[in-house]
Amino acid sequence: MEQFAALLDALVYTSSRNAKLALIADYLHQTPDPDRGWALAALTDGLDFKAVKASTIRNLMKERVDPVLWSLSRDFVGDTAETASLLWPNPIGETLPPPSVSETVDMLQAMNRTSVITELPRLLDRLDVSGRYALIKLATGAMRIGISARLGKVAFAQGFGVSVDDVEEYWHGIAPPYTELFDWAAHGKAPPDTENMPLFRPFMLAHPLEDGTVDLADYVAEWKWDGIRVQLVHAGGETRLYSRSGDDITATFPEMAEALTIPAVLDGELLVQGQHQGGETGGAASFNALQQRLGRKTVSKKMLSEFPAFVRLYDALGLEGEDLRKLPWEQRRQRLEAFLPRLPATRFDLSQIVEARDFAHLAQIREGTRADAIEGLMLKRRDSPYVAGRKTGLWYKWKRDPLLIDCVLMYAQRGSGKRSSFYSDYTFGCWDGDPDKGAELLPVGKAYSGFTDTELKWLDKYVRQHTINRFGPVRETDKSLTFEVAFDSVHLSKRHKSGLAMRFPRIHRIRKDKPVHEADRIDTLRAMVRD
Amino acid sequence: MSAPFSWIRPEPHGIHVVPADCWIDPSRAVDRALVTHGHADHARGGHGATIATPETLAIMKLRYNTDEGTQAVHYGETITLLGNVSATYIPAGHVLGSAQILLEHAGERVVVTGDYKRRTDPTCPPFEVTPCDIFITEATFGLPLFTHPPIEEEMAKLLARLAAHPDSCVLVGAYALGKAQRVIAELRRAGHHEPIYLHGAMEKMCRLYEEFGVDLGPLRLVSDHTKDDMRGHIVICPPSALNDRWSRRLPDPITAMASGWMRVRQRARQRNVELPLIISDHADWNELTRTIEEVNPAESWITHGREEALLRWCQLHQRRARALALVGYEDEDD
Ligand SMILES: [Zn+2]
Ligand SMILES: [Zn+2]
Repeated sequence: MEQFAALLDALVYTSSRNAKLALIADYLHQTPDPDRGWALAALTDGLDFKAVKASTIRNLMKERVDPVLWSLSRDFVGDTAETASLLWPNPIGETLPPPSVSETVDMLQAMNRTSVITELPRLLDRLDVSGRYALIKLATGAMRIGISARLGKVAFAQGFGVSVDDVEEYWHGIAPPYTELFDWAAHGKAPPDTENMPLFRPFMLAHPLEDGTVDLADYVAEWKWDGIRVQLVHAGGETRLYSRSGDDITATFPEMAEALTIPAVLDGELLVQGQHQGGETGGAASFNALQQRLGRKTVSKKMLSEFPAFVRLYDALGLEGEDLRKLPWEQRRQRLEAFLPRLPATRFDLSQIVEARDFAHLAQIREGTRADAIEGLMLKRRDSPYVAGRKTGLWYKWKRDPLLIDCVLMYAQRGSGKRSSFYSDYTFGCWDGDPDKGAELLPVGKAYSGFTDTELKWLDKYVRQHTINRFGPVRETDKSLTFEVAFDSVHLSKRHKSGLAMRFPRIHRIRKDKPVHEADRIDTLRAMVRD
Repeated sequence: MSAPFSWIRPEPHGIHVVPADCWIDPSRAVDRALVTHGHADHARGGHGATIATPETLAIMKLRYNTDEGTQAVHYGETITLLGNVSATYIPAGHVLGSAQILLEHAGERVVVTGDYKRRTDPTCPPFEVTPCDIFITEATFGLPLFTHPPIEEEMAKLLARLAAHPDSCVLVGAYALGKAQRVIAELRRAGHHEPIYLHGAMEKMCRLYEEFGVDLGPLRLVSDHTKDDMRGHIVICPPSALNDRWSRRLPDPITAMASGWMRVRQRARQRNVELPLIISDHADWNELTRTIEEVNPAESWITHGREEALLRWCQLHQRRARALALVGYEDEDD
């Protein structure tokens, strides 16, 4: 555990990506199995211990530290795990030596909601401040130290001189502590057998087309649908549905799992059937309808009939045991079109190619897509193989311009992690009528991005100087600042007081020049709804 | 007879000793000031008369050109002020020349700590526990999470990093008054006798320490040397220079910072520190509370820092205490 704790500390104090990769790779080289596998799982958020929650830690601390002193300390540090590691009282008398990572994992797995109250303290007693920090981070499953799952995999690949695409592919077929993965990469044994497993394959992604054009002789255009990107895999008699991040969401959409019974790896957009999207060629409901289905672990019959899902197919990575990823897009598309009739038509259709005379014509078509609640266009090189991640020049996404509205800053909340000392999450509102005739501001959304570091500092200071009320970590401002907010779309919502929910709002510009009474009204925002 | 302790009054701009018509560490210019130590939040220029230890007066002359109207008081010496008030200067262990001030009047005793610490420091004499009725204490690190590790551990960390990177230098951010000289003196005590390179802003204060008999070993100025000269060496600069263009002249510097705030990861990250060194010239939480117990005053008044938590501790331990709202005390020196 000491080496793992030292690694976490070193990662916290290192800002360069390459230096972080080297630190992780060194650790993986020097640490024996299965410790290094567990550590890698912890770094890539692959561990979950049901008995340990953030509230467990708070409760343990409550028994040991005066609640006022705890909350003053927690407020200063900004991180529960770190505060607890610092305030944990040193044990009196002899303690056991620090546990190894795998010993720790074994003990955490064996704990339940009751035993955790006595068992976790025993583990904490065996560690110093850094060790306690590492243990709590590992046990509560949220590292939040600026290491992405991807970075962990890249470090592994670089450390052992293997391809990161291979690592990504095998990753999903094996569970921590990834012994087969280390056997393969570090000891030259055969790679894990993944042929008959319904594994996730990393998605091919697109770069945004900033400005400039492409030649339609080399590129094909497709709609970018406003659903969620999914991969549907059937292998070894099982079907799995994966989200863009590789999360298994099969249980949320059981109708899709039933719909694919032929071995295949398909890439598409998950949508809910309806009349709305895509006009003539559409047949999909808005994102709002899909939202009703997301995040549910079990699905009622009513849900299944009210919001039936289907997948609009973009691509085929494999069909009937044959890997198609090295083929050019055009050939994969032909194979996909030929395969489509073998799939149930209620659950699958094909993403149509957008025909245009030339790029200027295509731009015109894109302009016209606003009303269709389509996110924009995809441009795919006709000869592109299917490769993991973003490769320059192969695929582009060409989104519609965002919608814009002027709002007033109402509340600000302190951020987390590196931003914990700044007020960086902003709630903003629009007028519910004429502000000169006594209209009120109604909150319409929250944004925590879109500004530079300098703007963040300025905003933080502004919030502090214009506070009229405090509610814990939230400050209410005097509503004196106008923001131009950019967002992708807006939908009706019963969950919000304003009756509206924005998608992906971000601060577009700080309008110091614009008096707040000139900010937009709710009606203006409501008129942008396309549900 | 007036009410007990009515002769000493906390005001927003300092502690007013009424019958003597003087102020302790006032944050604006007054006729007569008693100054505990040379940090900018305690010592300011422009007073009519300044009463402090010879070391503090020398520091004030260097920093604020305070020259006229000075009166030197040595450690252990008692002076008589107007209105039957006497003042005794007692070591506070914070930085060179730092003193607690014991005030006595009408049989009542008040101690003002200024800033203090309880660890040994090769650059100044140690804090002395002085019994009193009212103990006016600082609370810079007044949260239970602040426990400073032994300085030997931090020195070992620093020297280990230096040895592991012979082609780089370790750049240590340290406050120009006190912290920098303590770090140098502790490095010498740890057996590091190589030249240490200084940012220009450090030089005069180091020379002043040497004049008062603090041995800092071989010191060099960064501006007199090439990158190659400094490889494998320690460089010391003010914290403000850590992420500054200035550091480009150094050979692949590893950024370190010597401060009590380094206890908290995010504080270190905000300054892009790669090697946090938890070294403070203030009392940590355990020392603050232990000192109150040892001094055992009838009442504690808490000045700058995290007053709330220390107040809470006093409450939990049935000790009378109040927080003073003094303005102008920023932590120049942590
Ligand atoms: Zn000081
Ligand atoms: Zn101070």
